[in-house]
Amino acid sequence: MNQLPLVALIEELGRFFAFTARVFVGIFRRPYRARLFAEQAERIGVRSVPIIALSSLAIGMIFSLQVTWLMAMFRAETMVGATVGMTLARELAPVITSLMLIAKNGSAMTAELGTMRVTEQIDAMETMSVDPVQYLVAPRLVASVVVFPVLTAMANVIGLAGSYLVSVRMMGVDPGGFFDQLYWFVDPVDVLSGLIKASVMGLMMTIICGYFGFYSEKGAKGVGESATRAVVTSSVGILVADYVMADIMLKILY
Amino acid sequence: MNSIVRVKNVYKSFGGNHVLSGASISFEQGKITAIIGQSGTGKSVLIKSIIGILVPESGEIYFRDRELLSAPEAVQDEARRHFGYLFQDSALFDSMTVEENIAFPLIETLHMRDRNEIRAIVREKLEWIGLPGIENTFPAELSGGMRKRVGVARTLALQPEILLFDEPTTGLDPVLAESINDLIVKVNREFDITCILITHDIQATFRISDYIGFLYNGRIEAEGTPESLGDTEHPILRRFISNSFVEREVEGCRDT
Repeated sequence: MNQLPLVALIEELGRFFAFTARVFVGIFRRPYRARLFAEQAERIGVRSVPIIALSSLAIGMIFSLQVTWLMAMFRAETMVGATVGMTLARELAPVITSLMLIAKNGSAMTAELGTMRVTEQIDAMETMSVDPVQYLVAPRLVASVVVFPVLTAMANVIGLAGSYLVSVRMMGVDPGGFFDQLYWFVDPVDVLSGLIKASVMGLMMTIICGYFGFYSEKGAKGVGESATRAVVTSSVGILVADYVMADIMLKILY
Repeated sequence: MNSIVRVKNVYKSFGGNHVLSGASISFEQGKITAIIGQSGTGKSVLIKSIIGILVPESGEIYFRDRELLSAPEAVQDEARRHFGYLFQDSALFDSMTVEENIAFPLIETLHMRDRNEIRAIVREKLEWIGLPGIENTFPAELSGGMRKRVGVARTLALQPEILLFDEPTTGLDPVLAESINDLIVKVNREFDITCILITHDIQATFRISDYIGFLYNGRIEAEGTPESLGDTEHPILRRFISNSFVEREVEGCRDT
């Protein structure tokens, strides 16, 4: 089918927004499916704890290693706690958590929905008068919006533990100074802004990955391509959104 | 003539490819009607339009004298509860067990809550299709023919008045195909369900169906009872019929 690229783009965007609207309508309309929400919360949340713990620990440790070395030039090693803590809370924890979850759950979501589309399972739901968007995507969306900030909060704590380990235990930064500066510079509002971001990123991941899966092309190749596009689009999407949200929050929260 | 579903002048195209261009046929209540035609002539598109998975560009689809395409969504949904659809690859939910698959329409569409009642219905359906005791297996562990039977059980759970079969015997060996054809007849006779099937298994079609429509170039070019179509004037249908019967005979000779 020969179409102008612009027309195709507008068509795709229209379909995307229609899909988004269907998801949101699906969340607020009966029946509410608590069991499916719990299932998804377990898959996206509980089973992601190890990977998020590991990656946030690594980020906290690596970041501290570099920052301690840098701060030592100014004799300001005690600032490590504040620097790492604030960056984690505001930016690193939500972004790392979201990127990890996109790689782990977003791709799986697209592949699963895409396979269901290709094997006509989604059509089968429609023939049984069950709205597949509401049944499949809405519970995932609610689960993501709840679970992303929880995992981000965990990443904050574990990242700081990694920072403490490297800077205090291994590089000899004074522990009193480390915590003193941390308490002094990091506000609850920093943590809050990170958690809000995480929630929005969870929402974006589900909608984008759900969309690509839901409208997957036929065949194994089609599903694979959808998964790739979903991961790329949602990763780039959350980074762009992160900048925009950071800009907005710096203006309204501080 | 007591028709339950009527399709009138339906047009559907994908891109520049006109798949249906003015297809019209009516389906009689309580009968088995088959639509035959070559692969890629839009047979699937036709029955997917009837059940509403695809929306035609123009035309009319009647269910009991109620036009569906121009009706509000609530009316369409209500009407479509009377339809069941058996997909070509059965479309069982592969993340669920057989029991959960058959229970799905009971819970999600009929909003039944009583677990014991649901379990009893599932067991009854499985016995009816001749596969008792497979409640806890997953669709991936079943053979193609068994999946098809479970698919039938799942659609029967909603007690449809009309059952649409999308190429029910394609990809099955002759013995299994035979058993699925028997199952279609059984569904039709025992529950008095109107059956609509699309297929290119000509021989079986002539045996089991009461009425046949021949889809060609996006239109129903010939229709009638199997007897009347046997000596059709339509050249392509003639070739289509004679070829498939000759082919089977040759196969039969080789076996013996």
